[in-house]
Amino acid sequence: MASLDGGAPVNGAMRNDVWVVVEQHDGVTAEVSLELLGRARELADQLGVQVGAVLIGAGDALKRIATDLVARGADTVYFVAHTDLAHYLAQPYTEVVTSLIREHEPQIVLYGASTTGRDLAPRVASALRTGLTADCTDLRIGDHSLKGEEYKDLLYQIRPAFGGNIIATIISPLHRPQMATVREGVMVMPEQDRRRDGRIVAVPVTRAKERIAVRAGVVLSDEDFAVTLVKRVQEEKRVDLKGARIVVAGGVGVGSREGFALVEELARTVGGVVGASRAAVDAGWIAQDHQIGQTGTTVRPKLYIACGISGSVQHRAGMDQSARILAINDDPLAPIFSVAHYGVVGDLHKVIPLLIQAYKTKGAGGAAAPAPAAADGGAS
Amino acid sequence: MPQLRIVVLVKQVPDTANVTGEAMKEDGTINRAALPAVFNPEDLNALEEALKLKDRYAARVSVVTMGPPAAVQVLRESLYRGADEVILLTDRAFAGADTLATSYALSLAVEKLGGADLVLCGRQAIDGDTAQVGPQTAEKLGYPQITCVSRIDALSAPAAGGEAGSGAITATRSIEGGFETLTSPLPCLLTVTGEANDPRPASVKLVMTYKGIDAEAMPDYDDSYLDPEHDEAEVCMIGRDGKPVCRAKVVQWDHEALAADREALGLRGSPTRVKEIESVVLAQSEARMVEPDEAGIAELVHELIEEHILG
Repeated sequence: MASLDGGAPVNGAMRNDVWVVVEQHDGVTAEVSLELLGRARELADQLGVQVGAVLIGAGDALKRIATDLVARGADTVYFVAHTDLAHYLAQPYTEVVTSLIREHEPQIVLYGASTTGRDLAPRVASALRTGLTADCTDLRIGDHSLKGEEYKDLLYQIRPAFGGNIIATIISPLHRPQMATVREGVMVMPEQDRRRDGRIVAVPVTRAKERIAVRAGVVLSDEDFAVTLVKRVQEEKRVDLKGARIVVAGGVGVGSREGFALVEELARTVGGVVGASRAAVDAGWIAQDHQIGQTGTTVRPKLYIACGISGSVQHRAGMDQSARILAINDDPLAPIFSVAHYGVVGDLHKVIPLLIQAYKTKGAGGAAAPAPAAADGGAS
Repeated sequence: MPQLRIVVLVKQVPDTANVTGEAMKEDGTINRAALPAVFNPEDLNALEEALKLKDRYAARVSVVTMGPPAAVQVLRESLYRGADEVILLTDRAFAGADTLATSYALSLAVEKLGGADLVLCGRQAIDGDTAQVGPQTAEKLGYPQITCVSRIDALSAPAAGGEAGSGAITATRSIEGGFETLTSPLPCLLTVTGEANDPRPASVKLVMTYKGIDAEAMPDYDDSYLDPEHDEAEVCMIGRDGKPVCRAKVVQWDHEALAADREALGLRGSPTRVKEIESVVLAQSEARMVEPDEAGIAELVHELIEEHILG
């Protein structure tokens, strides 16, 4: 256990598993958790270890989720069910996760970088006195030498920092577990494989007034439930950016809330969904659920049209896997052009109407065939 | 009348949100030293929530920052907005701290202040965007936490006598596609988002009051103001004319003042290491450039339709 209490070298303790702390709300698994299972599987295979998934909650749906986790790549599901754990709360969930980590000593623990994961993971890291890297965009296995010592098979936790102006590779050479949060949409979701074998291990939960010692499982005391949930309101995701074939996104260059009407018109015309840069969202021109990038949604559409978006690293992290990228910007040096396939240097207020007009006439500089208007892009 | 004790944790950060041409180096990377230092935006929102509570209740607002001596600027700005007391944690031993080591030092400072009913901080700082220091500080203090708070709904102040377990706060936090409202007993730590409020500007009157602080308020690691029961009058700054100029001053604490375990501070106390930093270099454009005129756009759209990317 010394390895978890900070400072003790853990070189060679590499047989241990790779874990994902799974997030579910009302029986629906967060997509990011499944995406993480895919990457955890790859990391574990590379290390020659197994994948563990921690599933916490209550209700009948939990068993179905556990089966799905196995089908998505988990070897062991730590199944923690109790009526008091029906909704996420920082303290009891921290207690569950830290208890399980102390007992099983995984070498890597991954969380979704959702509002839940970003609430839970730092509290767990503090309790275990181990390292944590937020909002990773990539995870790899690699070596490191420090003061003449070679550290094999560390987790490289790769993330943009400093407003996206640098990409940092973070490691945690001396502390276990190595922990990271990862944004939704960054990793590819694994397919279900119903033939996969895995163990579902029910973890006993003891609910007590005081913190007491038990022989097995997790103890939750009244103190863990000091905070109570009054109300939780979640609307259906109205904006389906992830499912969109075409995304038309606006940034600072759009200039105003009114300017976004033009972006919306282009999206409507080509059957796309409206996206936005963080700056446009921060300016209040468009709602946060349209935001694309490291702190928003990650998209991989067939066509991404960036209107007046300069293209910070964080924004690019959310869209640079698009099949085709068309960038419109009046600054020829805008970084967005470095990931674009097509670039138009010009005023978007003039270029967008030209695009709309060209599309309506189907780019007819002679192409007369009236193509069907297949607006199946899941318009917002 | 019992006083609500609020501690606000703030950070001075490079202004990564407004990278100007001057901060760009020839090779396309950024010169971090050239960025101006600013009050981390969401920490200002946290301070504003504290000051709003102070407007309504009898509250004492203490502001703590950890950083180099130059970070005193955010403390001054806190005084100008209405903070009662400001503390600068500065020591070489704190240098190189990751979020774990930072939260350790901050939690010791809160404890040294005699604890708090409410600890407020911004959700995240714009230099790292980690959002980790808040929850980690809460864990170290043994306080509950409510993160991503966009609204404080209600507060019942602790009863007279300061009996433990009295008082509660209800706050609403933003979650994906919605929100949740939680109630926590005091003490509690909240992290506040930019949605919560529009921070007040500095008060001209307070700027005048605290102007004298620039010259002399920086004794070396002054440890005189340790007792939270200390009478305010005793910590008056004495101006050059021998008269008290203000009722607050910048208190500096180093690792000894915090009685901190040096092994848990700074780089030594940080589990994470930066293995490699790659400056983002703006690559040479490989995009096919299209003329911004009718002919150019029509040809592009035609091509995209032909390739079944559009339409």
